[in-house]
Amino acid sequence: MKFFRILGRNIRDSFKSVFRNFALSLASISCITITLIVVSIAIVLTYNVNNFASNIERDVTIVTFLDVDITSEETDDVEDQINALDYIETYRYESKIKISEDMMASSEVFKNIMKDWDEAESPIQSTFLVKVTDIEKISEVADKIRNIENVNSVKYGEGMVEQLVSVFEVIKNISIGTVIALIVVTAFLISNTIKITIFSRKREIEIMRLVGASNINIKIPFIFEGLFLGIIGSVIPITLTTYGYIALFNKFDGQIFSPFIRLIEPIPFIYYTSGVLILIGIAVGMFGSWRAVKKHLNV
Amino acid sequence: MRNVKKSYKNGVTALYDLNLKIEKGEFIFVIGSTGCGKSTLIKMLYRQEKPTSGNIEIGGLDVTKIRNGKVYKLRRKIGVVFQDFKLLNKSNVYENVAFALEIFGLPKSEIHSKVMKVLDLVGLKNKARQYPTELSGGEQQRVAIARAIVNGPKILICDEPTGNLDQTTSMEIMKVLEEINKLGTTIIMVTHDTGIVKKLKKRVILLDAGRVLKDYPEGEYAHEVL
Repeated sequence: MKFFRILGRNIRDSFKSVFRNFALSLASISCITITLIVVSIAIVLTYNVNNFASNIERDVTIVTFLDVDITSEETDDVEDQINALDYIETYRYESKIKISEDMMASSEVFKNIMKDWDEAESPIQSTFLVKVTDIEKISEVADKIRNIENVNSVKYGEGMVEQLVSVFEVIKNISIGTVIALIVVTAFLISNTIKITIFSRKREIEIMRLVGASNINIKIPFIFEGLFLGIIGSVIPITLTTYGYIALFNKFDGQIFSPFIRLIEPIPFIYYTSGVLILIGIAVGMFGSWRAVKKHLNV
Repeated sequence: MRNVKKSYKNGVTALYDLNLKIEKGEFIFVIGSTGCGKSTLIKMLYRQEKPTSGNIEIGGLDVTKIRNGKVYKLRRKIGVVFQDFKLLNKSNVYENVAFALEIFGLPKSEIHSKVMKVLDLVGLKNKARQYPTELSGGEQQRVAIARAIVNGPKILICDEPTGNLDQTTSMEIMKVLEEINKLGTTIIMVTHDTGIVKKLKKRVILLDAGRVLKDYPEGEYAHEVL
């Protein structure tokens, strides 16, 4: 009971304190707001770049060309062996007849050339279109498929895919690094702002100590105050992220420049981003207050 | 206090080999010229400063052995009043006094009755909702006294509580302190105001250059011609 009374008092007092020291609170809130907006932009960019990267990665396919004269038993055998490999996400068989039909349907020129070919003399090869679970394993999987009997050749955009993978890897690392660096910088920036505001309340802390408040008694209201500052400071960034991202998504119809670059669907993305923003706001607010008040707790 | 010595890092020694015994319920004045060690003595009582050597015992508790993190336990047993009042200007009179009780997690009704009782004792019951800046110096000091005694400390330490006040207001404050003393609280008061000291006829400790120059029993200082 006593614990809850003390907790209740702390929450009430810290809430009051935010408004009683409003000019100082405003400095901390503005600092949280500005940095969270930057963090929010970084998160939106990072996730969209990563989403774009993984969309492309998902589209990369190993085209497995089978021997021209392969029998249906041998095709089944190849299928079994592909199926038994690691890192296979999906595979699809396309017979030479189907490929010929598709090609003829797609162009008159093809149609004129290919219409008289019978199955035996057609140079078209039946294929297995294989997708892998992990793009980094694509060359390993392709090599294994190449060694299967009756497989004529494999193609998956060698060289280009490896380059793409390494570029995406770099982008991913840079963006994650940026977000982490931003969060750390924010935490220290906010901590310093709160430190200045708390410095002006040294007297309050001194009085608390004189009337017999323990270090915990003194720290807790300030930490709650940091929590409130964090929550208040994240209101504008969350609103901007939510409405801004929905507006952006609608304006570009969910894609930028080409249908390949799809934006992430706003829902539930904006909920997660808002959640992350408020958590960062609270964490840096509390950390900042705790770090700032600690300095003034000498006897 | 036994053989208490206090030297600062800069080489200045504020107190030399101080021995002092104060009885329960006493009212004593500590006087002396500026720099004689009065403030250091008082700061050591509420453990703002630690003696370089010697022991200070308050109600059986050795103050010198308390760790920094546990000082609050001592402070809950003593009340301290300062020359500059040390009030929270953004809180009203009631909140300033209640503050000292709220940290203990007492129920609201108990806090209310205790706060109103001490505000009555210091004559500020009707000003509970006013803010310190709306009060006179004497009234602010009474709020500070109310806050210092609200949790029933056995000892009240006063560091020049009348230093910022005129003669009449100072006497009003002294009356309040005498009332509190009558209720059983030991009062140790540092002051420059020899007029007050003579009028009240209490025990007086005269400090000079960090040593007890004279310990006047009750009433004897009044005859002193300085």
